[in-house]
Order: sequence, then C-alpha cells, then structure tokens
Amino acid sequence: MGSNMAEAHPVGFQWVMEAKARGARVLHIDPRFTRTSALADKHVPLRAGSDIALLGGVINHILSNDLDFREYVQAYTNASFLVSEEFADTEDLDGLFSGYDPETGTYDTSTWQYENGFPANAVEGHRHREQSAGEQHGSGGPKLESGTGIATDETLRHPRCVFQVLKRHFSRYTPEMVERICGVSREDFLEVCRAWTSASGREHTAALVYSVGWTQHSMGAQYIRAGAIIQLLLGNIGRPGGGVLALRGHASIQGSTDIPTLYNLLPGYLPMPDARHAGKADYVESIRGTHQKGYWHHADDYLVSLLKEYWGEAATEENDYAFDHLPRIDGDHGTYRTVMDMIDGKVFGYFLLGQNPAVGSAHGRLQRLGMANLDWLVVRDLTMIESAEFWRNAPEIETGEIIPEQCRTEVFFFPAASHVEKEGTFTQTQRMLQWRDRAVAPRGDQRSELWFIYHLGRLLQRTLAGSADDRDRPLLDLAWDYRTEGDGEFPEPSADDVLRRINGVDLTTGELLDSYLQLRSDGTTASGCWIYSGVYAGGVNRARNRTARTEQDETALEWGWAWPANRRVLYNRASADPQGRPWSERKKLVWWDAERREWTGHDVPDFPATTPPGFEPEYGEAGPGALAGDDPFIMQADGKAWLFAPSGVVDGPLPTHYEPHESPMPNLLYGQQASPARKVYSREDNPSNPAPPESGGEVFPFVFTAARLTEHHTAGGMSRQLAYLSELQPALFVEVSPQLAAERGLADLDWAHVVTSRAAVDARVMVTERMRPLRLDGRVVHQVWMPYHWGPSGKVDGDIVNDLLGVVLDPNTLIQESKVATCDIRPGRRPRGRELLEYLAGYRRRAGVTVETGTHVMTAHTAASDATVSDTATPDGPDTTAPDTTAPDTTAPDRAAPDRADREEDA
Amino acid sequence: MGVREWIRSWPVYRQLTGADRLGRGDAAASAQSRERQPRTADADRVAGSVCPYCAVGCAQHVYVGSDDTGEHVLQIEGNPDSPVSRGRLCPKGSASKQLVTGEHREERVLYRPAYGTEWQELDLPTAMDMLTDRVLDARRKGWQETDADGNPLRRTQGIASLGGATLDNEENYLIKKLFTALGAVQIENQARI
Repeated sequence: MGSNMAEAHPVGFQWVMEAKARGARVLHIDPRFTRTSALADKHVPLRAGSDIALLGGVINHILSNDLDFREYVQAYTNASFLVSEEFADTEDLDGLFSGYDPETGTYDTSTWQYENGFPANAVEGHRHREQSAGEQHGSGGPKLESGTGIATDETLRHPRCVFQVLKRHFSRYTPEMVERICGVSREDFLEVCRAWTSASGREHTAALVYSVGWTQHSMGAQYIRAGAIIQLLLGNIGRPGGGVLALRGHASIQGSTDIPTLYNLLPGYLPMPDARHAGKADYVESIRGTHQKGYWHHADDYLVSLLKEYWGEAATEENDYAFDHLPRIDGDHGTYRTVMDMIDGKVFGYFLLGQNPAVGSAHGRLQRLGMANLDWLVVRDLTMIESAEFWRNAPEIETGEIIPEQCRTEVFFFPAASHVEKEGTFTQTQRMLQWRDRAVAPRGDQRSELWFIYHLGRLLQRTLAGSADDRDRPLLDLAWDYRTEGDGEFPEPSADDVLRRINGVDLTTGELLDSYLQLRSDGTTASGCWIYSGVYAGGVNRARNRTARTEQDETALEWGWAWPANRRVLYNRASADPQGRPWSERKKLVWWDAERREWTGHDVPDFPATTPPGFEPEYGEAGPGALAGDDPFIMQADGKAWLFAPSGVVDGPLPTHYEPHESPMPNLLYGQQASPARKVYSREDNPSNPAPPESGGEVFPFVFTAARLTEHHTAGGMSRQLAYLSELQPALFVEVSPQLAAERGLADLDWAHVVTSRAAVDARVMVTERMRPLRLDGRVVHQVWMPYHWGPSGKVDGDIVNDLLGVVLDPNTLIQESKVATCDIRPGRRPRGRELLEYLAGYRRRAGVTVETGTHVMTAHTAASDATVSDTATPDGPDTTAPDTTAPDTTAPDRAAPDRADREEDA
Repeated sequence: MGVREWIRSWPVYRQLTGADRLGRGDAAASAQSRERQPRTADADRVAGSVCPYCAVGCAQHVYVGSDDTGEHVLQIEGNPDSPVSRGRLCPKGSASKQLVTGEHREERVLYRPAYGTEWQELDLPTAMDMLTDRVLDARRKGWQETDADGNPLRRTQGIASLGGATLDNEENYLIKKLFTALGAVQIENQARI
C-alpha cells in the first residue's frame, strides 16, 4: 500500500515476483492501477487519503473474529497493559482524544499513559506543536520513566487494557464503512482481510510494503502505525518474511536520517538539545527514563562519544564534554518553515547540496520566492538545475513576480563530483551500508561535498583564528583534522578516515571499536554515530564486504554491513516463541541454544546474547539488564511493541481515520473532519482549497495524487538531462478515467490543465481505465494522477506539478501532505503571464478561499469552542498574488482569534 | 568457397548439426561478430560501486579505461554477485554511464551577482573565499544568543541548508558537524520531504 514498487523500486520488486513464483499471494491496494498492480494477484483501488479507514477495518476484522496471533500478541506487545483512567478515546469525543487544546491545535499526552506509569516529561506537552516530536524521542522511541511495574491484565479482558481499548476504538470501522469511505467493495475488502490473516501465524508470515504514498500525508506517521498494528496483531514483526518495509526513495536517504542533516536530530537519532535543557545531565534525563529498559538507557554513552568526536581534546569532563557548544532549537526549524522565513526576510544564506526544491518540494512557487529573497544561494549539483536558475527560468518570470534585474540573490553554482568520482558509503533501504570505490577523478572544478564542506570549514577556522568571541569557540575547537590525500592547498579529504571516526575509536589505545557496546560516557571513546559503530569492526571496512551471494546463505551477512551490529532483521528475538523456540521450523531465524546458554541463528540475534528466555528482571531495574527474556523490542522503554502508543506520537495514541486537509468528502466517522493536530500555515501565499464543513469545495471537485515513473528520478535533475531517459518518458501527462474525460471534455493526447488554489499546470491527457471513478457514500468521486518529474530545464521540459500543492504537514514528522489534494481539470492549456494570476484569483474567489480556509482545524462537536490556528501573513513580504480576501466568507469566525505565530515568538 | 563450406556457413545448418542447438552462441556468430568484443574488455580496471538513484542499492561495476586525456568511464553494469540486485539495473541505473559522462555535467564554478542577468565564471579558490565571508556575515546577521526567557540558544537563523539524498554518509556527517559548530540549525534534507 502507498507504494508502486514495480515502478519506483523495480530491481527490488524482483523479490516480490520471486515470492509470487514460490506461492505467495500479492495484493496491491492503491488508488491507481499501476505496473505493480499488473503483476499482483489482485489490485484493490481506493480513494487517495483513505488508507487508515481500510486498515482500521482490517484491525476490526481481526479483533472481532479472534484472528490475532494471540500467543505473540500477549507476550510481545503491550496488549495487556492498562491505560490510565483519564484516557478518553475518539469514540467519546467525536474524533478527538483526551488532552486536546483547541487553541494550539496540540495534545497534552499525559492522559494517554499506562496505569502506574509516570507522566511523561513536562517539556513534551509544550513543545509538541513546534517540533518534529516523533523523532525528538530519539532511537529509543519515546521514554517511559519505568519499564517495569506497569499494571497488566493477562486475560486481555479488562476494559482499560490496550487490547480492549483497541477493539473499541476500531469497532465502527466495518466493511460497510470501508466501502463508503474508501470506495472498496465489501467483497474486495473481505478478500484483503482473508488473504492477510491466512498468510500469517505460526507457519506463515506476511510482509507489508509502503513508500511515500503513506508518509506524505498530514497523518503519515499514523498510516504506518496502522499498518504496524496489523502486523503485530498477526505476529509478523521480527520474523522472516514479515515486517513493515519502508521503501525509501533515494540512494542514501536512510543514511541521511541515520547521520542526519535534519534540524531536530544529531547522529544516531539523538535529539538536538532544546532551549530548555539546562545542560548535559538535564538533556540526558529528558531523553530517557531513569528506570527504562533496553539499550537507550545508555544514551549518555552515545552522546559523550559523539561530543568527543566533534570537539576532541576541547571536550572534557569539566566542561560537560562541550555540550554547550551545541546550538539549541526551540520550535519548528524544518525546511518548509525555513522557506517561509526566507520570504519573510529572516534567512540570508541558503545551501542546496544536490537538491532541487524549485521542482521537488511542495508548493514550488513558495520555494522560488524564498530563494529570490536571500543575500546568497549556493547550489551544488551535477548539472544546471531549476533551483540554480530560478532568477531566469522560474514560472514567476513569466508572471512578472520575479524580475531578474530586481532580484537581489547572489547565486554560486559549484559543479559536483558524481557517485563514481568519489568514495564513500550509501545506506540503502534495509539499513545496509555499501562502500563505493572511486573509479575516476572528477574534471575541472567538480568536487565532492566532502571536499566542499571540509575546505569551507578549514577556511572558516582560518578566518576566525585568534578570535576571542565566545560564539566562535565551537568552530575553533572543532576536531577537523581528517586525513587528506594529495597536495596543495585543497587536497581531497579521506572518506575512509571519516568513516573510521564515525565507527569510533578507543581514545586510550587508538584502536577502532567493534561495537556500540564499547562506548563510554567517561570521555575514553569517540564515535560519530553510535548505531554505525561496528562498520569498521576488527579494523576492516565492512561496508566494503562483497562476498558473492552464491558463496553465502540467503541472509547474506557478508555483503555490506547493516546497522546495528550487522543485523538484517530488527527485533528478531520475536522470531522465536517466549520459550526461545522457533515458532515453526519453516519460519526459523533466531533461537535460544539451551546447551551453550546463548541466542543463535541465521541472523545476528537482536537481544542480549546470554539473557535466557525465562529471565525476569527485578522491579526498578534499568537498561539492558531490565529486559525480560520475552522482551524482544529492546529499544522500547518497556521491551514491548506498542499497539497503543502512550507517548511519542503527537496526534494520537491510536491511528484514526481523518479526511485529508483537502477532501471532497465529509468524515463519515466523526465530527472531526481532518487531523486535529496537522500543521497548517495560514498565509496569503499558502492558500488551501476548501473542505467540509467549509463551503466552496465543489470548485475543486476531484481528488489529486502524484507519483513517480521508473524512467525519471524525483525532481528530474538526474534524469531529464539524459537522452535515454528523456526519450523513454518525453512529456508530462495526466491520467484520467474515460468517465472523467467525458465529463470534462478531455481528449486523449490533447492538452489539459489541472488547477488548485495555488497553481495551474499543463499536461497531455492520458485517458485510461487505470483510473477508476469511485462510488463513495452514494456519490461518484474522480481521481486525477500525475507524475511530478518535470520543470523548465533539461532535454524534456514541462510544468512543475508540485506547484499545485500547498504546505500542510504531519505534526510528527513535518512532512508535507503531497499525496492528496483536491483539484479541477479543464481541457486546453492554462493562461500565461498575468492572465494566469487572474485565472487563479478567479478560482479562489469562486471557492471562497481566504487566508483562513483550512485553518480551523477543530471541527469535532465537543464542549470546547472553535479556534483558529494560524500564522502571520507578512505584510512586507515580496509582491505575491494575494488570494482575494474580499470575497464573502461564511465559514470563518472573526480574525481576532489568538495568533499562534505570536505565541511561538513568545514561547 | 565450395558448396559444402557454403552450407556450413549457414547458421541454421550449424544450429542443427553443432552443439549450439538453441542458436544463441557459436551457431549464430559470423566471422565479423566473432571478432567483436564487449567494450568492457578494454577496461584497465573495474571499480565497485552502487547505483545513485533509488534506495534499493543495486551494486554496479564501473569499467575504467584510459587514453591520452586520462581515465574514463567506459561502461557501468550491474554486479551479479549482489544478493540485493543479482546484477540487474533498471532504466535509470542502466543509464548511469550517461549520468556521469554526459555533456550536461557542469565543469566550472559559475556566479550570478545580485541583479545579474547572466552567469559569470569564477575560479574555485576565489569562490570559496567569497563564500567564507558570506557565511560569517549571514551567521552574524541571524545570530540569537538567548530566547525571550533568557535561555541560551547560541545559534544563527541566518543560514539554512537543504541536502539531497545522494550525499554519502561521510558527507552528511561533515555537513551536520560543521553547521552545528557554526550555530546553524536549519540543516535539512530530502529525508524530510
């Protein structure tokens, strides 16, 4: 679901076909019939943005018919844990959970705790709205003060045990409701349920695959939670052939999360420190519970080892290992917030390192107007991309919104080295690092990012040498002595040396570390990313391991290196029963060897090596020693998988069906229309199409969704310049059903344009039965699909599809809802120049779009009053096409509602 | 050429009478095609690499040859040893030789001054020096020592970065490390998108 694997990950899809050839049944649940559907046993179309309703239906089906893998669920999940008496469910509050604050649009999660648990840290409740809080909890997941001593009911009958809470929460997700919300027939839905449950249990496992079709929603994290709940109920986690498999979209996007270039994380999922962390001890206490179970209890070891790698000799016990050299965050510093800050004149310089947001980010116009209001912009890429040339080829040139002679941004273009011209590691989608050797040298001024950052750092240190300014200390103290290769002022830094320091070193002996278990918080170890510690175990670059698949078993431990500890299946202790025996012979992976008193198997066991299956920790014990013999989820604070999430997910402890931010449908389950915690930005330059209960939605009556093609890559910077690929997919097109084509007068291969309140985009029409109209609650809903790879540069060009989207985000991840919106489609090409601006203003006027549209996030009928969550619209920003705010607006209360942006500044 | 020899030169005859009954090897070869060899045969060496497009991580063999102007990529193919890809590449991976050797690759630093309408060339060390000054200036302009309650922030909001997901781990590591030391916090990646 949420994945077109055959199209977007074609070589990985060979394994799905391999499984099919061995008898597996392949189901594809997706709005459109795709290359994946064509190879599946069954395709089930559903409305884009309705996945949680379907998944909730599957959960209800499992629980109502006792189809769960009870022994697994009882032993390995939190099903038996009791939830606080104060907790109130969406069933009680018309779609809200307890703790909702309508003024801020955020939850106080304290009522979601376990009984006998301790309340979560006070910092959390206040910061939720502003930070990507899910990741804020680090690798260990959200903390609990204590992992032992939680009240349970092993019979799973107590009305407040997680199992019963879950049952009640999803009780209205019936086949009839699935049909009305998703447009999936009762027969198709039951076939999905039967296939999924019958392929799970002791003897069988089922795998769930998703991609950005799930993450790019205003409740993307909850889509994945819903899938994970099913997989846990059916016993499909930590077992061979099971799992929830996220197919990531880029060569090292997994790596850029592990060793993050993300504002809220340090390497290894350590959270960035917050303004309220008084010092290192306070920070460590806030990210892990004093008595929590598992390896995250040792977060201090990982942090100090990182600080020793960052600041070397300057990080001492006396100065808390230079902890205060780390800058503090105190809100949303994500890429979309930052772009709005550019428009508002608060950001001066911007680096784009192999990224093309003018095409690749949602709301391209916002991106380009941000770039046009900087002091300087650096673009490093293989080729001349749109983001480097916005000042002369942006669509805003044609409309007069950007005039080159009046655009003040200095632009530096640095040509980059390609993947064969530098060495280093990519981390692929299964957490596996693979080293690349350098094949040839780059030409001319082409350089690696490693070279660029290393020398920029060196030049900055040189310029600031001798500075007495305290703010320059972190830079001057920075350990920046990486080995280099070559002569002259600008030699190439050694990626191998950087990887060694990421792996970590024993500072007392100078030896490379073998594992994160060796890391210490006393300053005697340095390691740049604790989860990668072991990649250089035994002094060997294991990411370079290349034992042929024919010379090892199918786990293939000798090819590359997967974090952590070269483990290929996470939480694989769950592949054995509570007594440590494989659930079945044919699904055996890791088991307890009673003779040798240790865990063993085909994979590296993901459990303390010698903790026996029957082990029971003392009450109040902490760390790995507190893990019971049947606690397979060793990074969780209580050792169990969370069906119900007592903290850590900011928009609810259980997934709930809400409509997308823009939808033609009212929420049939609750008065609460869309996610009550989604992050909206009320700005004149970020208008929303109306959705129920607002009026005007009929102006944008169709559901819009977008995705990839095999032959192009994301924003096109690596594909539209290539003759082979451009020839294979030469033009932007839009897929519509024959019924919609008839309704709107669209002809195959003719031009049409798709319109939202943000933009209009030209494309060639492809009339195809791949798109099917859906019958939903007595009405017909049409969906429109487009690939999004085009822009004004390259061998093949086209309009920018991401311009159609606005910015509304998942509050957990701050990822944009770009997989679903509403739109109109009309035959013929869109207007050009100034006429285009007038055309869009006309649409907004007819739909009654104002700066308030879509920002009244709470629509549930409870005692709490309505409130606006909004941001400031900046009066002195660049000249933008303001939506017509003079149109009568019957849905909006007066604008005197408290302004969240002001509170942000005050916070 | 005698009749017998002429008949023997006929591929169907060779297929029917020889060992290559499927006609996919020697039976189908001509004198001309027998002389041909794959362009990879001219390679001086083969570098182990990984496809830079999606996250499946297909292993690649990069064939390197050389002439008077230096070393060149002759061909990029899938590595059949890989337990992930078994030697296969998709259309993008198969086109990656064009990605790295195509004429679209820029080779020079280019500079567009404020209010400019054309690119100008700039030499690399000069560009690095100019950038160093600008980074310090933007850092200063966006500096925030404390929040409204007096809690230390020690950061700048003046500098932002957005990286693509074709960056190596080692590169991301240095990016985060350097910008963090500068006090820049708006350091982001495609992973958020």
